[in-house]
Amino acid sequence: MSDSIIEIRNVNRVYALEDHPLDEASGVQALRDINLKVKRGEFLSIIGPSGCGKTTLLRLIGGLDEPQAGDLLMDGEKIKGPDPKRGYVFQQGSLFPWLTVENNIAAGLRARGVYRQYKAQVSKFIHMVGLDGFEKSYPHQISGGMAQRVAIARALINDPEVLLLDEPMGALDSFTRADIQDKLLEIHREDHKTMILVTHDVDEAIYLSDRIVIMTPRPGKIHEIVNVRLPERRERTSNDFLELRKDIMKRFHSASAEGSGVDMAAYI
Amino acid sequence: MNMREIPVKKVGRAAVVTSLGFLIAILGNLFIPQVAELKIEQYQWGPFLFDLNSFYRTVLGGIILIYLIAGVLAVWKPERRPKFVKQQWFRFAMGIVLLAYDIAGTKLRITPQPFFPGPAEVLKTFMDDGPYLMQNTLYSLRLFAVGFGIGIVLGLVTGVIIGWFPKAYYWLYPVIRITGVIPAVAWMPFALTIFPNAFSSAVFLMAICSWFPIASQTAFGIQTTEKSQFEAARTLGAKNSYLVFHVAIPHAMPQIFNGIQSACGNSFTFLVIAEMMGQPGGLGYYINISKIWAIYGQVFAAIVVMAILFSVIIAVLNEIKAYVLRWQKGTFV
Ligand SMILES: Nc1ncnc2c1ncn2[C@@H]1O[C@H](COP(=O)(O)OP(=O)(O)O)[C@@H](O)[C@H]1O
Ligand SMILES: [Mg+2]
Repeated sequence: MSDSIIEIRNVNRVYALEDHPLDEASGVQALRDINLKVKRGEFLSIIGPSGCGKTTLLRLIGGLDEPQAGDLLMDGEKIKGPDPKRGYVFQQGSLFPWLTVENNIAAGLRARGVYRQYKAQVSKFIHMVGLDGFEKSYPHQISGGMAQRVAIARALINDPEVLLLDEPMGALDSFTRADIQDKLLEIHREDHKTMILVTHDVDEAIYLSDRIVIMTPRPGKIHEIVNVRLPERRERTSNDFLELRKDIMKRFHSASAEGSGVDMAAYI
Repeated sequence: MNMREIPVKKVGRAAVVTSLGFLIAILGNLFIPQVAELKIEQYQWGPFLFDLNSFYRTVLGGIILIYLIAGVLAVWKPERRPKFVKQQWFRFAMGIVLLAYDIAGTKLRITPQPFFPGPAEVLKTFMDDGPYLMQNTLYSLRLFAVGFGIGIVLGLVTGVIIGWFPKAYYWLYPVIRITGVIPAVAWMPFALTIFPNAFSSAVFLMAICSWFPIASQTAFGIQTTEKSQFEAARTLGAKNSYLVFHVAIPHAMPQIFNGIQSACGNSFTFLVIAEMMGQPGGLGYYINISKIWAIYGQVFAAIVVMAILFSVIIAVLNEIKAYVLRWQKGTFV
């Protein structure tokens, strides 16, 4: 087996504008010539300003969307549609409001028809994300941070090989965010699942990742990939961390300048 | 939200006010002399001997008892208190209205006779003719259950099909729209000729009039399911059957209940019309024959039974809805 689990080759994705024939001139080119190999077991972050195509790329990997050109492979096989091998955590509000916390987490087992076999897993995952006592609560009764932890547990219960996370902490306050970041690190260290995290928070990317993909907006391209050479346990205020942060911010700026001049002030 | 709990003392006062109205009605019936001419017959009911007035007073006493039990429950369960306390004056007024009606209808008999007999004469029906009234009530209930039940099943099945398959929507939705606006009564001559008996033709008509609102609401609820919820389910390994039964249908539940509730109202109307126009039984039929015999007390008795029966059915439906939709935000009635 090769050491890359996901391979993306020359992928292009153009969104057609309504009532126009599908060609580059009349559509939105969300992604252009994306090439990327994701290593097995790594924690990879994709950063870039809003609208640069991060979600589009993650949806392609998840099999929720198809490219106009290029190939996406997992373990050498073409990605055709969603698969529980690739868990997906959405930006927000993807829980089923009619299911309790425990039934949301069990949804994957039921959907795959293996609930009876793995029933015992449900309470294990509730415990893992620290939601003991909230088993019977409905999504509208819990906080946004708890909801995202449910979403993570719901994706993980299927034991996916890759976990795709689309700004799962984007809408949360900084304390809750730090809390979930640590949870993700803990999970990653425990069973070395490949994780691909989309974010526009540079600190978050540095804190969590082995590698960081910096994207350029409009059309979305990969500007460069940065290796994070920091110890496993990171201190957000350490000199190395701050040094790297400064460096990435600089690259981030030049990447944005390469695009169509989106105001970067909001992301610093 | 009510911050403070209503004290027990207030519940007690509400219980007194509530009982007082009906107690006044009892005392009025007992002590106001019978002015107009009216034969007060006696009835044997099990070991008890009743007459027109004492039966009426017993029923009033029963109403007081029921409200007192409700009051005790309100003491026990504080969330019941606001409603119990709030309704005290309306209940008091009900007692007073009954007193006025008793005086005008029975004691003085100044209401147009025989069309508006007093409350005691309406109640008399339950003693005079109780078993037959019961039999007709059960007939109505059975007709309603079968017709409405078939309507629900058909409505759900077609609604899901139309909501899920765009082709089915294209071909069938216009048909539903057109048949939906036709009042079910218009099908009556047609139903009477193709169905073997009166019962099955009424079932057909009730099913038709329930079918439309349920089917269209179900289809609407399914079609408005967010794409993101289907996507979330698919990333978890869901196949189409899961998407239909565990995503689209639960999402459509609020609309499905809206459809069922309006279908329920349609069915009540149609039930009574059908029974008045050619059923061999039922409350509508009972009203009809009572009218022919000019026993208007029985007409009112049947109306009282209908009011109670339909209210109970609506209340049961509301309870089921509240249970099924317990996941929804906030409260609804
Ligand atoms: N379904 C869609 N139809 C048309 N345009 C879209 C659609 N989804 C995204 N886009 C456009 O594609 C670009 C990239 O979007 P997205 O991948 O959501 O960016 P990000 O997640 O980085 O904020 C944006 O310009 C957005 O407006
Ligand atoms: Mg996005």
